[in-house]
Amino acid sequence: MDLSQIPALIVELVRYLFEILFLTPSTLQIILSLTAPLALGALCGVLCERSGVVNIGIEGIMLTSAFFGYLTGFLLHDSIGNEAALILGVVVAVAVGAILGVVHGWLTISIRADQIIAGVFLNVAAIGVTSYLNRIIITPTGRGGAGILQPINLVPESVTTVPVIGPILAMFLNANPIAMIVIVLVVALQILLYRTRWGLRTRAVGEHPKAADTVGIDVLGLRYLNVIAGCAIAGLAGAYIVIASNGSFQNGMSNGRGFIALAAVIFGRWTPLGAFGGALLFGAASGLQTVVAVDRPEGPLGSLLVSIPTQFYAAFPYILTIIILAGVVGRSIAPAADGIPYEKEARA
Amino acid sequence: MTDAPPVLEMHAITKRFPGTLACDRIDLDVRPGEVLALLGENGAGKSTLMNILYGLLAPDAGEIRIDGEPATIRDPADAIRRGIGMVHQHFMLVPVLTVAENVILGQETVLGPGVLDLHEAERRIRTLAEQLGFEIDPRTRVDQLSVGQQQRVEILKALYRGARILVLDEPTAVLTPQETQEIFGVLRRLQAEGTSIIFISHKLDEVLAIADRITVIRRGRVVGTRTPAETNEEELAELMVGREVSLVVDRGASHPGEPVLRITGLHVSDDRGNEMVRGIDLEVRAGEILGIAGVAGNGQDELVEALVGLRRPTAGTVELSGRDVTGKSPREMRLRDVAFVPADRQRFGLVLSYPIRDNLVLTDYFEPPFARGPLRNEKAVDERARELVAEFDIRTPSVMTHASALSGGNQQKVVVARECSGDTSLLVLDQPTRGVDVGSVEFIHKQVIAKRDASTAVLLVSAELDEVLELSDRIAVIFRGRLVATFDADEAEREKIGLLMARGEAAAREMSEGVAVGRPS
Amino acid sequence: MSGPTERPGLRDELRAQAGGADELAGVDPVADSETRDTTAAAPARTGPNIGERLGRAWRASAVPILSIVLALAIGAVIILLSPLATGKPIQWDLPVKAYLALLEGAFGTPAQWADETKRFNAISNTLIQSAPLMFGGLAVGLAFKAGLFNIGVAGQFLVGAFAAAMAGATFGSLDTNVAVPLSLAIGGLAGAAYGFIPGFLKARTGAHEVVVTIMLNSIAVVLLTWIVNDLVRAEGFSFPRTADINNAHLPILFGRNLHAGVLLAFAAVFVVRWLLDRTTLGFEIRTVGANPNAARYAGIRPVFIITLTMTLAGLLGGLAGSIQMLGVIGYYAPGITANVGFDSITVALLGRSSPLGIMFAALLFGVLRAGQALMQIRTNNQVPIEVIDVIQALIILFLAADIIVRRVFRLRAAKGALEGEVRTVTASWGEQVAR
Repeated sequence: MDLSQIPALIVELVRYLFEILFLTPSTLQIILSLTAPLALGALCGVLCERSGVVNIGIEGIMLTSAFFGYLTGFLLHDSIGNEAALILGVVVAVAVGAILGVVHGWLTISIRADQIIAGVFLNVAAIGVTSYLNRIIITPTGRGGAGILQPINLVPESVTTVPVIGPILAMFLNANPIAMIVIVLVVALQILLYRTRWGLRTRAVGEHPKAADTVGIDVLGLRYLNVIAGCAIAGLAGAYIVIASNGSFQNGMSNGRGFIALAAVIFGRWTPLGAFGGALLFGAASGLQTVVAVDRPEGPLGSLLVSIPTQFYAAFPYILTIIILAGVVGRSIAPAADGIPYEKEARA
Repeated sequence: MTDAPPVLEMHAITKRFPGTLACDRIDLDVRPGEVLALLGENGAGKSTLMNILYGLLAPDAGEIRIDGEPATIRDPADAIRRGIGMVHQHFMLVPVLTVAENVILGQETVLGPGVLDLHEAERRIRTLAEQLGFEIDPRTRVDQLSVGQQQRVEILKALYRGARILVLDEPTAVLTPQETQEIFGVLRRLQAEGTSIIFISHKLDEVLAIADRITVIRRGRVVGTRTPAETNEEELAELMVGREVSLVVDRGASHPGEPVLRITGLHVSDDRGNEMVRGIDLEVRAGEILGIAGVAGNGQDELVEALVGLRRPTAGTVELSGRDVTGKSPREMRLRDVAFVPADRQRFGLVLSYPIRDNLVLTDYFEPPFARGPLRNEKAVDERARELVAEFDIRTPSVMTHASALSGGNQQKVVVARECSGDTSLLVLDQPTRGVDVGSVEFIHKQVIAKRDASTAVLLVSAELDEVLELSDRIAVIFRGRLVATFDADEAEREKIGLLMARGEAAAREMSEGVAVGRPS
Repeated sequence: MSGPTERPGLRDELRAQAGGADELAGVDPVADSETRDTTAAAPARTGPNIGERLGRAWRASAVPILSIVLALAIGAVIILLSPLATGKPIQWDLPVKAYLALLEGAFGTPAQWADETKRFNAISNTLIQSAPLMFGGLAVGLAFKAGLFNIGVAGQFLVGAFAAAMAGATFGSLDTNVAVPLSLAIGGLAGAAYGFIPGFLKARTGAHEVVVTIMLNSIAVVLLTWIVNDLVRAEGFSFPRTADINNAHLPILFGRNLHAGVLLAFAAVFVVRWLLDRTTLGFEIRTVGANPNAARYAGIRPVFIITLTMTLAGLLGGLAGSIQMLGVIGYYAPGITANVGFDSITVALLGRSSPLGIMFAALLFGVLRAGQALMQIRTNNQVPIEVIDVIQALIILFLAADIIVRRVFRLRAAKGALEGEVRTVTASWGEQVAR
């Protein structure tokens, strides 16, 4: 392959990306399913940071919720059946997320500890606790693995064949109903943030908490509420991850997605819609190898893309994250009070 | 207005902080439709008193009565409910939100469950503003407004919540005299509608102009209440400060030598890209003090930062003793014996978590004798620190005390000690006595004069007109990024300078044409 | 005093507005004379006596030490209750058994001590475990001093290990005195390059090093796997790995396996300490961390210092991997994990970012990591090594929320708590660093 082919290849590549994103239901489905946990994690980031609390523990929350959701299914599916165990597992995952939100909130809002270290604690604790419990509860039974929280099909065949809408519905409701919730959440939060009383107060609290305080808004309470709600959403992401891997759990399966979600938040300028856009970008990056395998482009582009080693594809989302951060951060401004604990004695 | 029963009474209010008695049995009353001025120096206790009124602080003793009924004010929401509104010195506005959003924050107008009704809010705000005699577009983002406009938004906020008692804390600190007159107009209209106003200030002339009664507070105590008719500036000043204030300090004659600093056509922008210095030429000679007077926000900070290397000018040249030093780094300026006392000492001047001894060599740490090559010589640093602490009378238990433990005045002395010791060709001072106690102020002023007498060129930037008048041999006035006038100290008249600070070129032109200069209506 | 509740933090704000206690103290004649007297009495420093020294040392290390104690205590409770998770009855001696095994694993069983040849095996092992943690902790702590959070030790470790392995394989036929320093240097430089990336990006673009280093960690694992699998795979082995390092193996100083890397680790502690406390560069690094604006005024260039500090941190992380490679493992294969990553953060936090503190913290962690295997064996897998991860999380918790330890052990509140070291870390989130 010589250099003169490169411009043509780039054009091909752009066309191909457009095609897989907008024109091919099967690849779109793959990308959206990878986007969902990132989007949920990003929404957690938006809620927390808009209120003024930095949360780098999203990764840990995802992992912990995933584990406890899985554990619920694991322990109960014999007694109450697959569907009930699935639903209960999701509920538990969300609840665990909310509980971790209380912990993170307590550390950052009440104790006013350094917010990044609080996040590190969540991540380290997640790895420790989940691998520990995994080892003592699940491993000895020898039954760990796939099949416990299986996805269930809700939409009949006849509907899924309807063009455009059919595959989307199928994707959301069949493979993973949680994905549908993602879209709903994104839109809902966007509206709530900019058009409701709660949204106005949240933005005020994240930008200028003192001003909000002097008009009688409960800054700390609102921050707690948002952090807990956001972390519950991250818990949902954890449930999603387990379902999406055919109901199995591995140590560390969150795999850095919590951090990529943070980059999506920054990329999306701390708005729900923007964060979703960022998540979509990274979701596409994560799924590129699968997409190429499923729908291989023709000609030289195709042979080029399939010859790239699998590890490069694996590394691509991480590299993209770095590039985005480096290019975007300077221009994307965080809420002014982000990361600054409120009512902290001014360090003289 | 005159004989109606008071709408607000504060009786024997006392408030202690560790080591300080901020309010000492203060009595205060305000009648309906009256403007009461609270006059006092920085730190006298006025703001503390008003924060108690607004529910931000709890008094240790004393009673508050509103309309004759005793009232316990638990928090700002409570104060608002009782009709007390407050416009803080540092605005409590969220910059990225619109006027309407800021005004309704906490008391939002809603359609149905929690959904904002901005339309209605905007309508109400426009009506209110009209009643007060000004116009405002409620949909503008607050960070797009001028300071004067922002202040009006703050007032709207208070009135929107039905304030009958409006407290304004140093409202004119950041306003030009033009904007001050505008605000006074608004206040008079409010007064006509029966709102009572508490006007906190330390500016004698304003207080005499706007107030119906003036209560003077000194060191936490009320030392007198007067009406403007029965008093004057001198008496008020004396009450405020507690001793006869001589407004002229003997600084001795200056013996200026060669020009040390020469600035030509300087243009400097701020962090957002707004041009703050719009073409300044000036010259400072060795052994003279050039004072630049101006209301904060007219480009002084950017000018000064450009001179010491913290900011790159967009155009123009800076020359030091004939050599072009435009855009050179802080270290390079330092090596040319340029010293700088910054306006924000905690930001640029000190590392608060460091011991004093490291702060005292903050700009010299790499030079012998404090370092030999890459290695520091701590003994030399200690010795130097001890010398400076003694020489500059810095009150501290030891040179290893962290700077954060020092009082503001002593912190400033550390900065001054570092910058004023040794050879200095150019000394630049920006608001050198802001937030500094009276004793340290005198000390710092003496240091500046001593430097001048040692043939240093001194550039002093200050918003305190009195400081500029006291210290400067020549005075310039900065207005919107340009110098609108320069003259010798003996030609300086306080009122003229005030007008120049306020109206810039317009006033300068009038003066040069010999037109009688009067206050704008 | 009666009446409405106060808002504590705002009060200080308002106090400052009111001119502050400090302002009024300046005007108050009583306070004036007091401080004047103290200054007059301020002497040439008399040296602190032993009592004062110990007091100071205790105050500085109280929270970390007690955090460990509390974490171990809670760990014991967790161990005690763990059988319940699988429906088995509580064994009251389980925590004791576990911790005893932990200590014996780290310091030696009575049987080993009885045998002359095996006496110091366990301690050697502990030291070997501690050495990379020392380097790693320094890598994190040094970055903290500049206000940076280096979570990338895992990646720097792997990159350094790989580079050292490759260098060892390439130069392993040379004389040991040449091969070893050369390989170490190359490993360190590789780590330095891996630290340069986040440093430079942070300094120039503001991209927060927390996310960048975590991304780089993952990238390192993945790309190194590819490189070893496809590019440099050594012949003659049944699994993908690099070639033997032969003479580039770190000389053994004592016993069976105590390699020179351990000595280097201790040396590194003192080198970093010297750097921070006695050199102008160290002063510059600390100043950038404490107040980047004042640093700029002082003539220090934050861009340069941030980049340099992360590069040095990467160097230390790379050396962690290099000594582990050249002293213990001997070849790089995909799947080498780096627990060192999070362990280093805990070590740095425990050591309050001070090199000496980090040294002790690394030794402590070495004990935990060295003894964990025996603990799992002796308790028949009832207390798996993952318990140490849980205890580690607890330690971080107690360090971050030091109020817990203070309440439990009734310590007086002191200034300069944990937040001190990482004050500017969170503050720089989402902002551009002063250029």
